Amino acid sequence: MRKFWGTFIVVFALTFVYAPIVLLSIYSFSNSKTLTWTGFTFEPYVSMLSNEEIIDMVKNTLLLALFSATISTILGTVGAIGIYYNKKWLGKFTSASSKIPVINAEIVTAISLALVFSFVFLRRTYLSLLVGHVVLSVPFVVLSVLPKLKQMDGSLYEAALDLGATPAQALFKVVIPEIFPGIFSGFMLAITLSLDDYMVSAYNKPDGFETVSTFVYKALRRPRNAPFAELRAFSSILFVLMIIVVIILNFRITSKNKKEQKLLRR
Amino acid sequence: MHKTTENIIELTGVTRIFEDGVAAVDNLNLCVKKGEFVTFLGPSGCGKTTTLRMIAGFDKPTEGTILLNGEDITKLPPNKRPINTVFQRYALFPHLNVYENIAFGLKLRKDPVETSGKDGKTVVKNKRLKKADIKAKVEKVLKMVDLEGFEKRSVSTLSGGQQQRVAIARAIVNEPEILLLDEPLGALDLKMRKDMQLELKEMHRKLGITFIYVTHDQEEALTMSDTIVVMKDGVIQQMGTPTDIYNEPKNAFVADFIGESNIFSGTYLGNKKVRFINRNFDCLDEFEKNEKVDVVVRPEDVTLVDKGEGQVGGKVISSIFKGVHYEMIVLIGKTEIVAQDTKERKVGEFVDVKLEPDDIHIMAKEFSSNKYEGYITKKNTVCFGDGEFDCDVTQLYEGSILDEDGYLITKDGERIDLTDVDVNVEVGLKDISISDDQDAGGAIGNIVSIIYKGDHYQLIVRTDENEEDFVFDTEDTYNENDRVSVIIPKDKIKLSLKAEIKR
Repeated sequence: MRKFWGTFIVVFALTFVYAPIVLLSIYSFSNSKTLTWTGFTFEPYVSMLSNEEIIDMVKNTLLLALFSATISTILGTVGAIGIYYNKKWLGKFTSASSKIPVINAEIVTAISLALVFSFVFLRRTYLSLLVGHVVLSVPFVVLSVLPKLKQMDGSLYEAALDLGATPAQALFKVVIPEIFPGIFSGFMLAITLSLDDYMVSAYNKPDGFETVSTFVYKALRRPRNAPFAELRAFSSILFVLMIIVVIILNFRITSKNKKEQKLLRR
Repeated sequence: MHKTTENIIELTGVTRIFEDGVAAVDNLNLCVKKGEFVTFLGPSGCGKTTTLRMIAGFDKPTEGTILLNGEDITKLPPNKRPINTVFQRYALFPHLNVYENIAFGLKLRKDPVETSGKDGKTVVKNKRLKKADIKAKVEKVLKMVDLEGFEKRSVSTLSGGQQQRVAIARAIVNEPEILLLDEPLGALDLKMRKDMQLELKEMHRKLGITFIYVTHDQEEALTMSDTIVVMKDGVIQQMGTPTDIYNEPKNAFVADFIGESNIFSGTYLGNKKVRFINRNFDCLDEFEKNEKVDVVVRPEDVTLVDKGEGQVGGKVISSIFKGVHYEMIVLIGKTEIVAQDTKERKVGEFVDVKLEPDDIHIMAKEFSSNKYEGYITKKNTVCFGDGEFDCDVTQLYEGSILDEDGYLITKDGERIDLTDVDVNVEVGLKDISISDDQDAGGAIGNIVSIIYKGDHYQLIVRTDENEEDFVFDTEDTYNENDRVSVIIPKDKIKLSLKAEIKR
């Protein structure tokens, strides 16, 4: 009986998570504006590919995510290394202050950034949007790189110096490869944050520039000419892509573990 | 410019003070000869690892200089020093396999190569090693550490012993002038450690380079080293061959740290006679008459004989079989002496202890104050040195006061009964005076020694019962064998608790 309830709760919870997405995917094969079944068709997918607005906003979103994630990964990694090797008050101060944006409400970050940009540049540009996204994700990169540094055997850096590496060589040949998993997950986090973000984008983007979230929001506010069917198709594709990425990542981890176990047994 | 010198490393006045003000290494002077196997030995926190790190270049001395082959390398970064280190926890690069780990240093190396330039002049160019050369070198060291065929293995799949070998291979492949080893065997099990000790020793012989080894394991140090440097609190206590250090320890710390030993305080009586455990023994060393000394007797030198055949009798209170021998503890009066013998004596048996002059090693005592063991009485006085003295018991607890019933009230308001509490008592040499009036002081004894020390006399008053000594400096003159009482002002008696009182 206990087993039954356990299973029931798990199934119930998972249903709540996945049912809306499945529903969305099913209706992505329907042409109607609202959720009414008007017959199976691939049309939303075809028209999505020819809808310039959609293509534009996808391109915008992906490029913005890629740029901002790259910049924040570099800044965040450098920051984390700086914090780790600066044991004095400066390191502690930087570490503590870089955590605040993580807990700070996004709207506060967004509006204050918008204020700064309108003060300094008098208008909002692509640069202000990019900076906004970088500000948003740098603390998360720092937070994902720092633990890796702390886990790292402190004498690795010294060992590299001892073997003749300059401090820069030791950093690039030993420290960075060692903390790479942290850097990579920081990068992925930054990408997701940027893809997801609405607040910062909405307040800092230049006029006429749309990302997925601002586009969807706009569509909901002015539903008359909005391409709802195409958006459903787009969301489904995004969902399937995410699942594929997760499966690949999981598969790589298990195969790596197996390989290591095999070597151990030899 | 090149000074020729036999010493590969010279440390002069090296001091390292950490940010918190602690001197990890204090005015260290040390020379290491080329090709030597030197071991820094000491308890944790004695500065041995800090010294090693300064030689490697990871730490910079606050003061002093380090010379390598006569040249100052004090400020040279570690990557410019022809010195390689085997780290305590190996510090292998986890993202590289065995081959890449060992080749790490070789790949970075740039050797000056003389080539003839266009105009016929010889030009010195820095060239990286060829891949084939690197491969040959790596294979050679892998063979040396018995890990052929492990090139492609990930280091995380290796056992502790194998990782250790990779770490050694990675260091020696660079052909350093000095190999530093920071407790490299600490993480291995006993059997493996013993094997590796012999292997390292063999490697040292084959390579012919200088090894500087850090350990807290005295047995390891004795087995492997040409020279042992015993350190404590950042200061070298003694430096010498394993035999010297074992047989002729310079002070009680060294004697205690190296091997097992019985250490007694005694007095040198003159004419190669020393008094300890209330008996006179013949010895070989010579000191000043009546000088306070530490006496070391190694357990294996203590011979237990039948009653009446030795110098001093006692009762066996413990006997443990240790494989090769029995380890027995004999109680003589209040003193315990540990003996190791192949012949077992049963617990409770009365035996005699026999010590040949050769078995007794005497060391100068750094005598700066009188130290006693004592206890607090009901009246809040302290008993020690066969006497009873007034004292200030509130110094045992900071901020405490005495209430009218004689209980101690701590600053947290706790009420403590100090009766029969064991304390350590310390009295300075200048804080004792004596009087002919036998009732004036807390203890009574005879003046047994008067030594003139230039501008004052150092006197020793010895009590009758337990032969406790009071040593003090005075400018007045007295006669030997005078019977006097010992006076110590209340505020000059320093007390400390032997153990925290159970409440």
